Parts: sequence; structure tokens; C-alpha cells
Amino acid sequence: MNAITINGAAYEVADAELELSLMRYLRERRFLRGTKNGCEKGLCGSCTVVVDGKAIRSCRTAMKKVIGSTVLTIEGMEYPDGSLHPIQRAFLDAGAVQCGFCTPGMEMSAYALLLKDQSPDRESIRKAMKGNLCRCTGYQHIVDAVELAGKIMREQGISPEAGCLAAPRKTS
Amino acid sequence: MTMEKAFRNDGYAKVTGRAAYADDYAVAGMLHMVPVYADYVSAKNLTIHCEEASASAGCVRVLTAADVPGQTHFGQIEKDYPILATDRIRSWGDVCALVIAESREAAIAAAALVRIEAEPLKPVLSVQEALDPYAPRVPGYGKSNVVVEHHLRKGDPDAAFASCELVIEEEFNTQTIEQAYMEPESALCVPRSDGVIEVYGSMQHPFSTRRFTAAFLAEPLSNIEVYTIVVGGGFGGKDDTAACVCARAALGARLTGRPVKMTYDREWSFRESYKRHPYTMRYKVGVTSEGRIMAVKATIYANSGAYLSVSPWVTWRSTAQCCGPYSIDNVHADVYALATNTVFNGAMRGFGAPQVNFAIEELIDIVAHELKIHPLGMRRINMVKQDSVTITGQKLDGHTVSMEDVMNRVVHEIGYRKKYEHCSFGKSEGDELYGIGLAISYRGSSLGAEGMDFCSAVINGQFDGSLLLETGIHENGQGSETAMMLILAEALGCDLKRVRYRRSSTSSIPDSGTTVATRGTLMGGSAVMAAVSDFKRLLSEHLAERLRCEPTDVNFHGDKIWGLNYEYNLTWEEAMRELYLQRVTPYAFGTFKAPDVSWDDTNGQGDAYFTYVYSCQAVELTVDRKTGAIKLLNIVAGHDIGKAINKAMVLGQMHGGIAQGIGMALMEDFRFEEGRPLALNFDGYAIPRMTDVPPITGIIIENHDPNSLTGAKGIGEPATELIAPAIANAVFNATGVRVRNLPIKLKPEDLA
Repeated sequence: MNAITINGAAYEVADAELELSLMRYLRERRFLRGTKNGCEKGLCGSCTVVVDGKAIRSCRTAMKKVIGSTVLTIEGMEYPDGSLHPIQRAFLDAGAVQCGFCTPGMEMSAYALLLKDQSPDRESIRKAMKGNLCRCTGYQHIVDAVELAGKIMREQGISPEAGCLAAPRKTS
Repeated sequence: MTMEKAFRNDGYAKVTGRAAYADDYAVAGMLHMVPVYADYVSAKNLTIHCEEASASAGCVRVLTAADVPGQTHFGQIEKDYPILATDRIRSWGDVCALVIAESREAAIAAAALVRIEAEPLKPVLSVQEALDPYAPRVPGYGKSNVVVEHHLRKGDPDAAFASCELVIEEEFNTQTIEQAYMEPESALCVPRSDGVIEVYGSMQHPFSTRRFTAAFLAEPLSNIEVYTIVVGGGFGGKDDTAACVCARAALGARLTGRPVKMTYDREWSFRESYKRHPYTMRYKVGVTSEGRIMAVKATIYANSGAYLSVSPWVTWRSTAQCCGPYSIDNVHADVYALATNTVFNGAMRGFGAPQVNFAIEELIDIVAHELKIHPLGMRRINMVKQDSVTITGQKLDGHTVSMEDVMNRVVHEIGYRKKYEHCSFGKSEGDELYGIGLAISYRGSSLGAEGMDFCSAVINGQFDGSLLLETGIHENGQGSETAMMLILAEALGCDLKRVRYRRSSTSSIPDSGTTVATRGTLMGGSAVMAAVSDFKRLLSEHLAERLRCEPTDVNFHGDKIWGLNYEYNLTWEEAMRELYLQRVTPYAFGTFKAPDVSWDDTNGQGDAYFTYVYSCQAVELTVDRKTGAIKLLNIVAGHDIGKAINKAMVLGQMHGGIAQGIGMALMEDFRFEEGRPLALNFDGYAIPRMTDVPPITGIIIENHDPNSLTGAKGIGEPATELIAPAIANAVFNATGVRVRNLPIKLKPEDLA
């Protein structure tokens, strides 16, 4: 049994699909094309998704490594009622989007960071997300967005997982 | 943190992952195409053996130049760029064959079976080699490797040098830079039953893409319909190469009768796509003891690489702006582009300005230091002011010349004067050396005398009160659609919610030129204003009676249409219903033609551009004496862009442009070994990361420009063209070491 949970839904991965990268599986088999392919070498961060609460490069992750895992992609980040996740809202409001190609990966990295630390300072945001490349924004509005998202979630007392399609992580 | 909430029409789609880029599209029956390269830098007598590849599993067809019904070679100026190579290979990026298969994997497998033979030729690998009269001749046209020359002649520099207190000569070199847009090239071409090929591509210029595609297929422009879809960054880079990707997929679609997708991986993108021209620049500058620049002689060489692309225009801008924003009476400049066998160079954000700005803004500081004049005073004495005459003989009188004000604002914001006194100049107690530096520039807006400059816009009012807007400007991520919507809503006094930007296609709106040269907001916005003017006139004529006033008294405000003295009003719903009943189409087509410019090729004199953007950027940094590591602390940027349409996006353009400039200053270097790129992905080619970019303070200066119908000019390129010399000047002020080559690499032994 090759089970995987993606955005709250359970899937059975075919044996022939085990050699695919998670990125290709998401894009080509699950049609989740918000996960982008920028370099396919794990160098640019455009393909970042959250696996079991951690941001990973889906282009360099083989399906067989994530069997049994819970995956959150950008498509699962917004709330099922269609309203935006605070991270998405913050990216919009802070003007952190230009061409948008890096945006899903950035939001995924921001999500994983805010899971660990709800009040990162700007320096730690930059350090935590330096693996995500952007050629348009110069990053400043992205740092603003992550800071803003953290602030909003702190103020509203909500965690990054709340409401979105990430299955709640099991706390050990 | 306080901020105005930013608005983008495509923001929701982009933050939710819904935005579909070319590779995100798929249609039933779609085939996959991949390129085949040959491991030659320069070769002739190309022979391609496709039999084995054609017979491999899943392969549908292998295409070579013999299958091309139209022009195998095309280009924006010289038609020399092989969409498919014929007999001759001129660079390692040339595409020799195209493999079409049922799956991408099958196409890649078949591509490995294509055998290519050719006779290698001795390649020309640098400008220095290309200048050798005995060097092999690279281009297939013309008489030598000198493919472009521009000459500027004003006054008599040699006579003026004689009376100068100080005459210095310096050489500066800049590097090849990869565009590194995050989305590699991709195209999906779909043959339509009416004979049209639909193109969905990651390209920056739909009309340019259409020209390449139509020429390749030998079909009329009307047969090719290029749609606007979401594009993952352009920066000038998604023109020729991206257009060729579309043209190749279109040929596949035409010949197989099936939809064909061609998506590049990063390695192909790095291998084939055009870069920023590396420059070698020699300047001789003569200055009086008071710091007045009397004369400049400049000889500049750009490496065009294997193909011409837009090198004539890039180097033309370098010519017109070779002395920065300074008014100098005696200037001789000779600017050349040389053909070599490196991957070709073309349009990249800044377009010939970042290179010359690097030279001239360092020169100003070098001269100031020699003469013991303050760098700010040196600039103040020589910079253009209202009604100054530029080095091309243009009197700057048609707009506000705010160079001094822009510099003052940045100097004040960063505290330059005080901080300059604290620069280390190579001396410090510990290992940390501190420096602050700045640079100024002016940038001619839009195309200037390099090309035809006009643009159109359509307002298509709907009978329910909603409005469709389209323009000939293309959204590459910069936010042009949003800017056009904001301009329309403000001009019509209507709620932004009424306005939908209609993604245009090349068949829905006239060719409005390319979205380049920081012309989108200026030209597109002005076209929108021209359409607004007609639209308002039409509505006023037909609504005046209902509003019980004369047409000239009708006004548009607060999401309503009003009569004289705001006595009567109509909602947009009511107004559009009224037009419907009168059988009047609420539709307006507006065009804007750029104000006249002029240029005399013989002496490089003329009104090069109809207006200019004035800019200043300053940076603080430290240098570690032990390691030579440079750490940027803080950047302040000021730009007079006429008027800000969308403030958050203007600041975003500043930040992004500066980040690209930091890459140019400190890290990026696209190097070749024997004509082959050393790096084909981000592991060997570093672009700035979050940790490389310091906090940036953007200052928007707004002197509404009378040449633009909105008052707005633009920010895309000004933002990226001057932080490199500012950093170089700060490095000198920190270390006392003058760097003349980019990227800046300091060795600990230089700092001892």
C-alpha cells in the first residue's frame, strides 16, 4: 500500500509512480500545478511544498520517500470556503507578488517557518527562506508579508494549519 | 509596520497557485517537443542523422531546417538568428533539430539518438579576438566582426584636454549576465480548425513572437494568434529566444496537426537564451581644478555574441547616455558591438545603461578624489539642470529636470554627508571597514530614437455598467495590467471593481510595439487616457439630455456620471442602459504616439528621448579586511518617475531592480570556457538571495511629466542601472581600493 495524503485527501500511489519526483507527481498526476518547476535541481525553491510540517524541494524528492506522509501544496493553503490563508492575504497586501512564479514556493516556506516560529524577526525570515529565489521583488515585500502574516496569526491566536487543508500534525 | 494594501488584478490567482503559466496548460492530444543541440561552438557543413531517433518509441517526428517552410533565420534587426540551424553553427546554444514525441520523456530519449556531424571551425571567443583583423569572421552578413558602430561628436575634446588641470584615462569591464527569470521558456501551440495557430507562450512580446512565428511558418501574421497568459518574469529576456520556442512549437503543431508543447528546462534556458552584453570601456576625462568636466573621449566595445539581436539599440542607448547625467561640451564617443561565438546577448533590463553608468559614476568619484573635491560637489557642478544641453545636443526643457533634487533627497535620507566623513578609506581599528557611496543617472524614457513608438488601448463598455479594458502592453509580472486599470478607474471616476482587464491577443488589438524600455506605463497609460478622452466625449454627448445639461458640463466622479453642478446623476448601470436604448456602442479606441525625437547617425547628435527619469541610489556597506567579504547594510533609492500609479508596485520595482543590480555588482558572472557556459543552472550561477539584499528605502519623486498623458514615466529600468557603481564607490570609500571590473571581488591581500 503506497498511501499519501495531499491537501487532506488520501491517494494510493501506483508502483510505477514511485520513481517520479513529488513535483512531477503533483503536477502531472494530481494536476496540482501551483507547484512550479524552476530548475529541477533543488536550487531555486519554486517547487517547495510542506511534507509533514517541513518545507521540502518537491523536485528532488522521490515519491517513494514520501509514502505515508502528509503533503500540503499551495492549492491546500486557502480555506475550503475559498477565503485566503493569512499568509496568502499578507502576500497580497504587502505587495509581495510580481511575476508570481516563486510565490507558491515562498508561501510554502513561510508556512513551514511560521509553524516553527510564530514571531520570526526579519533577519530570521531572511535566513530561513534564503533557499527560495525570486528575480522580481528584491525580497523586501516578501519579508514584509511573512512578518505581517505572523503578526496577524499571533493577534488572532490561530496557527498556520488552522482552517487550511493540512491535516493537523500529530504532536509527540 | 504600516502599509497601504497593495492591489494587483492577478494577485489572487498568484497567491493561490491558480495562475496558469505556459507549462501549466495541457490540452487533449498534446505532443511534446524538445530541442537538439550540437556540441560545437563554431562549425560548418552540418549534417543531421535523424533515422534512429525517428524510429524510437513514442517519437512522432524529428524536424530539421529542411522542414521549415519559411525563414530558418530571423531577428528583430538582422535576420541572422537560427530558429533552426541550417549549415552553420555559430554558438553552443544553436538548435539543430526538434524532436516531437507522445511524451516529454520519449522526446528527450529520442533527442539523445539524433546524431550531428559538422566540421569544427576556430571560434572567436572574445571582443579582443574579434577585433583582430585576421580573426575568423563570425557573422554571415557584413564585412567584419564589427557589427555595430555608433559615433558621437560634440566639440573638440583634444583641444579641451590641453587646458585641463587633470586628465585621466581609465578602463572598466562588465560581465555577461544571465536573465534568470524564474520561469524557463515554454510554449503551447494549438492548431485551430479555422487554420489559425494559437500560441500560449512564456514570452514578453506577443507581437514580436508573432513576427518570428509567421516568418518561420511563411504564413501571414493573421494566421498566428498569440495570447497573453501569465508570464514568470521577463526583464527584457523573453523576446528572441522565447519567441523562437513559440515558433518551433508552432511549426510542430502545423506539421503534425496536433497541439505541441515545448517547455525548456533550466539547462536549455541557460544554454540558449540571450544575456546582458559584457562591455569593455575606455574613458579619457579632462577636468578643471574646480571639478568642471571639460572633455570626454570614450571607446566602448560590447560583445554581441553570435547574433545581432538588438545590439544596435542597446549600444545606441550606451552612446546617448555614455557620459551619465552630465552636461559636457566636448565629447567624442565610439561605441562598437563585436560578433563572437559566445551565446548571443540582447535586451536585458537597463539595456546598455548599467554598463556605462558603472564607468561614468566611478569616474566621477575617481576625479573627485584626485582633485580632493567632495563627490556630491563634483556631481552638482556637472549634472544636468533645467534647460541644460545634453552631450547629444538636446536641450532639456520639456519636463522638470530634477537631478539635483533627486540627489538631495537621497543624500538627506541616508545621511550621506555625515556618514561620508566616517568612511574608513582602508584605515580602521579592527577588521571592519565602512563605506558609503552613491551614483546618479538619467535615463531616456521609452524607445527614443531607436524605434517606432506608439501604443493603443480599447475601452469596451458593457450595457450592465462593467468595463473591459485592453492595451497593447504586456503583463510580464511588473503589474502593467493593474496600472492600466488604476489609470482608467481614476480617469473615469469609477469604482475599480467595474474594470476588468481583458487579456488581449495579437488578433484583438493592434501591434503596439514591445513591452520594453520602461515604456509600459508611459505609453500604455497614455493610450488609455486617449481612449478615455473619446469615451467621455461619447458618453457626454449621449447622456447630456438625461442629465439636463450641455455635453461639456458632464463630469465623471464618485462612481457616477453627473450633470451641471452635480444636480443630476446617473449610475453607470443607468448610463449604459441609456446608451443601449439610444443604440450607441460605448466603445473607444485610443492611440498614443510618442512625442518626436531625432537623431543624426553621423555625429550622434539629436533629441535622443522625449523625456528622462532622474535617479540616485546610495548604499552603506562594510568590508571584512581579513576575508574581503562585502556586506551591504542599507540602500536608499530616489527616482523621479513623474507620477506613481501603483505605489506598492513602484517600490517593488525599485527593490527588484536594485536586487538585480546587486547581482551585477557582487556575484553574477556568466562565464564561458572555449565558448561553452561554465554554469547551466543555479548551482554554478548565483543570483541574489534574501540574505544578500539589505533593507531598501525607496523614495518616489513625482514631477508630473507633460509628455505623458498620465504624468507618469516609468521605473523598471532606472531601478537597476546604478546601484553597481554606488557599491563600487562605497567599496573604495571603505577600502581605498578602486575596482574597475565587475563583479567586484576583493582579495584580502589588496586590503592589507
